[in-house]
Amino acid sequence: MLEVSELSVSFGAVSALKGVSLQARTGSITAVLGANGAGKTTLLRAISGLVKAHAGSVRYDKHELVGMSVERIVRAGVSHVPEGGSVIAEMTVAENLQLGAVWRYGRRERQRRIGEIYEIFPALATRAKQHASTLSGGERQMLAIGRALVSRPSLLLLDEPSLGLAPLVTAGLMAVLADLSKGGEITTVLVEQNARSALSIASWAVVLNLGTVVVSDSADAVAGDADLRHHFLGF
Amino acid sequence: MIKLRLPGWARLPRQPMLRHLLFGALGALFFYLLSNSLSSFNNFQLGEVAVYAIAIAGLSVLTGVNGQISLGQGAFLAVGAYTIGELEVHQSINLVFQLLIAVAVSAAVGFIIAVPATRLRGPYLAGMTLLLALALPFLSDKYSSFFGGDQGLITLPPDAPGSIDPQKWLTWIQLLCALIVLVLLGNLLSSRFGRSFRAVRDNEVAASLAGVHVARTKVIAFVISAACAGLSGALLVLSTGVVNTGEFPLSLSIYILAGMVLGGAGTLTGAWWGAILVVYLPNQWSQSLANAFHANHLVGANLAVIVFGAVLIIVMLLAPAGVQGGLRWLGHRLVTVSTVTKLGSNISVALQDQPASKQDRGGPDSETAATSVD
Amino acid sequence: MRLFWNITLGGVAEGMIFASVALGLVLIFRATNVINFAQGAMAMLTTFIAFSVFGKGVGYWPAFVVALACGLFLGGLVQLVLIRPVQNKPPLNAVIVTFGLLILLEGLAGAVWGNSNRGFPAAFSQSGLVIGHTAIAFSHFDIFIVVAVLVLVVLVAALFRFTTLGLRMRAAAFAPEAARLLGVKVSWLLTLGWSFAAVAGALAGLLVAPTSVFSPTFMDLILVYAFTAAVIGGLDSPVGAVIGGLVTGLALAYVGGYLGGALEPIGALVMLIVVLMIRPEGLFARPTARRV
Repeated sequence: MLEVSELSVSFGAVSALKGVSLQARTGSITAVLGANGAGKTTLLRAISGLVKAHAGSVRYDKHELVGMSVERIVRAGVSHVPEGGSVIAEMTVAENLQLGAVWRYGRRERQRRIGEIYEIFPALATRAKQHASTLSGGERQMLAIGRALVSRPSLLLLDEPSLGLAPLVTAGLMAVLADLSKGGEITTVLVEQNARSALSIASWAVVLNLGTVVVSDSADAVAGDADLRHHFLGF
Repeated sequence: MIKLRLPGWARLPRQPMLRHLLFGALGALFFYLLSNSLSSFNNFQLGEVAVYAIAIAGLSVLTGVNGQISLGQGAFLAVGAYTIGELEVHQSINLVFQLLIAVAVSAAVGFIIAVPATRLRGPYLAGMTLLLALALPFLSDKYSSFFGGDQGLITLPPDAPGSIDPQKWLTWIQLLCALIVLVLLGNLLSSRFGRSFRAVRDNEVAASLAGVHVARTKVIAFVISAACAGLSGALLVLSTGVVNTGEFPLSLSIYILAGMVLGGAGTLTGAWWGAILVVYLPNQWSQSLANAFHANHLVGANLAVIVFGAVLIIVMLLAPAGVQGGLRWLGHRLVTVSTVTKLGSNISVALQDQPASKQDRGGPDSETAATSVD
Repeated sequence: MRLFWNITLGGVAEGMIFASVALGLVLIFRATNVINFAQGAMAMLTTFIAFSVFGKGVGYWPAFVVALACGLFLGGLVQLVLIRPVQNKPPLNAVIVTFGLLILLEGLAGAVWGNSNRGFPAAFSQSGLVIGHTAIAFSHFDIFIVVAVLVLVVLVAALFRFTTLGLRMRAAAFAPEAARLLGVKVSWLLTLGWSFAAVAGALAGLLVAPTSVFSPTFMDLILVYAFTAAVIGGLDSPVGAVIGGLVTGLALAYVGGYLGGALEPIGALVMLIVVLMIRPEGLFARPTARRV
């Protein structure tokens, strides 16, 4: 269970998050939606420790994440895939995946886990020795998510995984995310501008606007609310 | 002529120019009275302060206003010094022309270094100027018949008219040069050139989008700093009477850099404080300090270098917003002081206008924001 | 012809020394975007420490090991105390700090050991080898220089290529934020990177000292030559640094051998100007990394 309460973040005079509260149930997918500048990315970055919150708390799995270093938050089982995936272009696909597991597993277990990732994303297996710079946008996103999964996180934070991807590729990605969540072991927080596809796999949805929570409801209810869709979600 | 496309509001404003002239005149009066009350030796040192103020002000424009750095200003002092030495050896021309030629030659050497070094962002200028400062002495070894070898070239102090003390006359020349340079630099900084210098320092991409030719601006700033250093070197050897490589060790470049950093990068007034440090610390203060602590002669000989090194490090670590931020803060204070009291012996007000882009590494607030976004 | 080969051999030995200092510069620049102008002065200090240790009569190799160990310690200390506070500041600040450290260390060394020129012992004979009946300008010590730097280069290559430590160090250098999100302790790896670079420098100091005058400023020229080598190699490529070091060593050897040793520094300056005018990104830079 991830429990964010009254979380506030500001950059200088600009407040990016103003007292945001939300909960993500264990084993579910929670979609965080909203327009550009609503604070979605800042929310994920505050959870994973990349930006410092100046008020509020983030409770996860008996840890208080606010105030913990990024490295320790990772060790608490949180994997954050930032916008654009940030795969390391200078390294090969296999090296990128290795990197995801180095802190947790020894050599043999690491190879086994990487093999499992290749089963989820077979396209990566065929390109294991290639530099990540040669991958397509969809493959890069697969690599970024695969790299985040190698260490068996219990909380997965995804920032705009569909950004710049063709609709068909996006649909494939969403299907994989839905599959991953079926086991009930991974809690996923999915930040998306592409609200329609996010709502198609999420069970709960939170809509942010200008740093505050506008709506927090079941995904079906949010998808069914025409006003909400019109004003905040753009479909 | 170089044309920089900037909007009308960026044209040379009249008022600062007049103000700089006024400060220059006040400074001239002050130094005239001061030099009359000093002994010959103290006048010699006052002249040296003026000379180093020129070099430090030039570096201050380069680093504080344009955001580049030179680790080898001593090399340009040497270029100016040797130029005037050669001119004195071979023919006798009017001192004004000698100084102008020294400025032109050092500016030309600066141009040769600046053009390749400013093609990329990065530490190229720093590395190349350091190499230049280390390399130049070897040139005089190699062509010792031309450069006078170890003995160097002899320079004669200018003839003083009438019954004026020659040392005082020379000090006046040095002070006058320093005041002229500082007034010119002050005017330059409040002109459109100054604005484009600052724009390049704050954000190269934004500056080029605003129509500033980034590489050209950087070259101009470096050539100006090299020209100042050349003039400084030429005036310096008029005092010392001899030009040889021993006068221009790497430590000279370090002194000038440390004087600039301590005086406040980007403030022309600060150049005087830096120059005082450069003249008095290595010669007098360090010896007194060493004696006070009963240090052995090795410590005494190296104390100046140790102090200057420590100054560079400590100022950088303790000035929280860095060179640029400290400069801006200082600039703000200068402006407030001078506008409120209409007093102040500030030779120039380098920084009265707001920087071109405010959001880029401004005060401590945006600094922390930038860090945490990273 | 014999002169040519002798000069070439000398250039190779010089070039290997430049390569090891340039490698240190590049490792640091790649990770932190800072040129460590104190790289040479730090090496000078560790070499002087070795000199003092050697003077106690413990023999050459213990002094050698002490110098490398001091480099490891000094590099990390400098990064922690001086570089970390300016890491997120404008890059000029770090330049000024490393330059300040350069002269601070030279001043301190002068205060402790004096500024006069001394001699430093060599591990092996420095008289030229005899092949057949002709003596060549390449000694046992030159062989040691080449072998020692090659060992260093192989170790660095193996570290980056085959170990997870190297993998993490590369990640910390290329993409610090992405690396942190994968649990890599970036800040501590940067410290370690400075330590390794300082060890490379310490090795260079031990190799240079016997072949030149040994005084607090003896690494100054080596540093700027290594900077030249690093720029030729593209500033962020370790392979480029090694090749750039060899190129610089050979070029300067020819300049010195045919035109006179006093022109070597000017030769380096001319090389820098030419390289920056013709191929500013260097010969071996990563194509993606250098766009501004």
